[in-house]
Amino acid sequence: MNLFGNLTLAAFPHDPLIVAATVLMVAVIISVAAILTYTKRWIWLWNNWLTSVDHKRIGIMYLVFAGIMLLRGFIDALMMRAQLAVAVGANPGFLPPDHYDQIFTAHGVIMIFFVAMPLMFGLINIATPLMIGARDVAFPFINNVSLWLSVVGALLLNVSLSIGEFARTGWLAYPPLSEMAYSPGVGVDYYIWAIQIAGIGTLLSGINFIVTIIKMRAPGMTLMRMPVFVWTTLCSMILVVISFPILTVTLALLFLDRFYGMHFFTPEFGGNPMMYINLIWAWGHPEVYILVLPAFGIFSEVVPVFARKKLFGYTTMIWATIAITFFSFIVWVHHFFTMGAGANVNAFFGIATMIIAIPTGVKIFNWLFTMYRGRISFTSPMLWTIGFMCTFTFGGMTGVLMAIPAADFQLHNSLFLIAHFHNTIIGGVIFGYFAGIAYWWPKMFGYRLNEKYGVYAFWCWIIGFFVAFVPLYIVGLMGMTRRLNHYEVSTGWHPFLLVSACGALIILAGIVFQVVQIVVSMRQRHHTRDTTGDPWDGRTLEWSTSSPPPLYNFAQIPTVHGRHAFWDMKYGPTFDEVSESHPPKYQDIHIPKNTPIGVFIAAFAFIFGFAIVWHIMWLVPIALVGIVGSVLARSYNHETEYVLSAEEVEQIESRRHNTI
Amino acid sequence: MKTGFKIVGMAMVLAGVSYVLYHLTLGHTLGVLAPQGRVAKEELTLIIISTVLMLTVVLPVVGMTLGFAWKYRASNTSSIYRPNWSNNTALEIIWWVIPILIICILGAITWASSHDLDPYRTLESNNTPITIQVVALNWKWLFIYPQEGIATVNYADIPIDTPITFQITADAPMNSFWIPQLAGQIYAMPGMQTQLNILADTIGEYHGASANFSGEGFSDMKFLVHAVSKSDYDTWVSVMQLSNNSLSSQKYFTELFPNSVMTTRAYSSIAPNLYTTIMSKYMLPQNTKQSIDGIHMQ
Repeated sequence: MNLFGNLTLAAFPHDPLIVAATVLMVAVIISVAAILTYTKRWIWLWNNWLTSVDHKRIGIMYLVFAGIMLLRGFIDALMMRAQLAVAVGANPGFLPPDHYDQIFTAHGVIMIFFVAMPLMFGLINIATPLMIGARDVAFPFINNVSLWLSVVGALLLNVSLSIGEFARTGWLAYPPLSEMAYSPGVGVDYYIWAIQIAGIGTLLSGINFIVTIIKMRAPGMTLMRMPVFVWTTLCSMILVVISFPILTVTLALLFLDRFYGMHFFTPEFGGNPMMYINLIWAWGHPEVYILVLPAFGIFSEVVPVFARKKLFGYTTMIWATIAITFFSFIVWVHHFFTMGAGANVNAFFGIATMIIAIPTGVKIFNWLFTMYRGRISFTSPMLWTIGFMCTFTFGGMTGVLMAIPAADFQLHNSLFLIAHFHNTIIGGVIFGYFAGIAYWWPKMFGYRLNEKYGVYAFWCWIIGFFVAFVPLYIVGLMGMTRRLNHYEVSTGWHPFLLVSACGALIILAGIVFQVVQIVVSMRQRHHTRDTTGDPWDGRTLEWSTSSPPPLYNFAQIPTVHGRHAFWDMKYGPTFDEVSESHPPKYQDIHIPKNTPIGVFIAAFAFIFGFAIVWHIMWLVPIALVGIVGSVLARSYNHETEYVLSAEEVEQIESRRHNTI
Repeated sequence: MKTGFKIVGMAMVLAGVSYVLYHLTLGHTLGVLAPQGRVAKEELTLIIISTVLMLTVVLPVVGMTLGFAWKYRASNTSSIYRPNWSNNTALEIIWWVIPILIICILGAITWASSHDLDPYRTLESNNTPITIQVVALNWKWLFIYPQEGIATVNYADIPIDTPITFQITADAPMNSFWIPQLAGQIYAMPGMQTQLNILADTIGEYHGASANFSGEGFSDMKFLVHAVSKSDYDTWVSVMQLSNNSLSSQKYFTELFPNSVMTTRAYSSIAPNLYTTIMSKYMLPQNTKQSIDGIHMQ
């Protein structure tokens, strides 16, 4: 038995580009470590953050994680656009196919699993418990485990850059290309385990938030009084719980094929690659709605606050959300009309897909008529929302176009498709989460984000988006397929791809402005501090507590009397004298203790993933024992909470009231 | 006056953009936008009709978004402000009905076009159809003409105004067979067969490619379709048959099957049942003869 399994020196980088990337990565890690050591922050970081089970801190850590991965994923995007801007005619470009193929695979995996998903979980973590008047999520410890499993999945992916390789298959790793016969390297194994480990974390989060929303709402908050964001989160998490097991099983079967030579998805010996494609999209299509529904929820919170007007058609919004949730499960075949299923099957799935446009369209109209006869202030959350409405509608339109099977035969797998899903994911998901970050930033940190740089960033993103992706729609119609590494001059694509590369640079400027925005806002925080906890004159419960909220969120659990819980408290008639008794009566509060077990579980999961990727078989059982042992250690620990006494709560609260 | 300037300005910008686009694309194949075959023409019409239909909703929505945002901006205190207006059943019914109507129309179009443009449907014509078998390989396309007994690599001649049935498989990872100017794509999968029916209207050279990523040499996996007159096609076939380069099973496995990117090749004769052999090598038990129809994925 080899001590290092299949891992040899050959796995370490030789290509100058990858060596440079590795050096950069290591340099960043060393300098962060140096800063932490110099400022003596290691213990602070460990005690207050890494081991924290507080949903607000976990949310912030998710956002930091997503931000770092956005930079990595965006560098991949820039490299692809640069390659296609130069690799025309005799020029092979600077990225040979074996490297380029890893980059587009990594770009897709990173942007979906390690940018969009953590952005979503970050915002859900920060906002949901506060919006329903809860003190934490249902399972705070599992929340911490989820975060670290996602981080470890991303870590495994990043390690593949320097040790070995990543998959060269495209982000969904279709077999037979991803089978041993065509991908004998470790790339697909890294792919499988990065996603498997992160996927378990996602599934745990899904369960966690469903239970939180169902069981932990403040008294009086009936389902039809929940803020729309909570509703969309609930629906999104239901989709997570139903669809992520499909992903886990599919990738497990692919692993069995690769590791034990089984034949679930090989073309030979009775296997069926089409089964993989069906299964992966049975997860993949709901995944799209997992990401976009919470974004829709954010828009539904942002528009009423900044138009200073009640949300139009609340009930319709909820039913539209539920309809989208249901229909998202019966449309997966539209990702492969070109597989050759019969006309009846294709037409069924095409029409089912179009039906989703109806509730989505209704939502757009409801946001529109929330703006109608309002008093709109163009803060950055509102700009992202308006930008979304003007961008996403076109993405939805091209989506419906591709839902027509006969039209899809001409558009599928072309750059038209690429332009379409970036149109919905950037214009819908990303704009939504940026709106959410700007909206809830004061809640997270107690001061607002700088507006000037926020507005610059918005304009760069939206202009950059159109400059980058409209040309891709055009070259797609001209017959350019996705994942090409180089092309002929005679195709006429070159000028369009040059323009597209410029668009990517404009988006880069947007990202730079966002970084500047955060730095400037942090430096100005003493001037822009919000002591009220309610900087936007909000309507929902998260604005009723301080910013950042205390450990326990609410000293007294609020009682809810309507849909606009906090608005009613501020401007409505006084409903309930008892709940707002003065002077307030405080009680002891049970707080979950921070725990390092989540970090340990994830660390062992990383070792497990790395060992199985490289077939270091002696290490695999050790890692598994480590995971199980950590879980057991946690299970036998009965002192997972401590009590914050009523006096301590009173002290914290009176300190807050004195600052207002 | 101001509006007039705006309209003129916008028209000038549009004209400028169209002029630039026109020049950029001049002399280049426009792919989907320049169809030269019956199927591709109908598919383009379908794309245009559906897009226009949807734009009738999309453009007003975008216009309303910008319009409302401007009109009800906080600084415009002269506009009406109704902070508690959040319900209007009549309005809501209207915007449930509008998308439902559009989707009903699109749904009907979808149902009809899915059947009319089903790639498996043979096309009606007075000319006798020709069958061409296609094998996607790493990273090249093999075309077998079973009736004529000839084969080509990375190019195919076809007669115009004649229905062509491509029977498609792969001896490689999954690919997608696509000739944008003639018809939409369909997957090429190992151990399975799909079908694509086309009919070229005009003489010309049309680019084809794999639309589904299949590994390192994927970007060079291109082919050309020469659509020629019926008589030119017959001449081409007889010239092909006269040359002396046969494609045996042996040759297939040593020359074509291994990973490589290549230019064109032509074969005057082919091993009998080569296509069936390629497809059934993925079947178990080995050597079982199965009729191609049984392998069909339907």
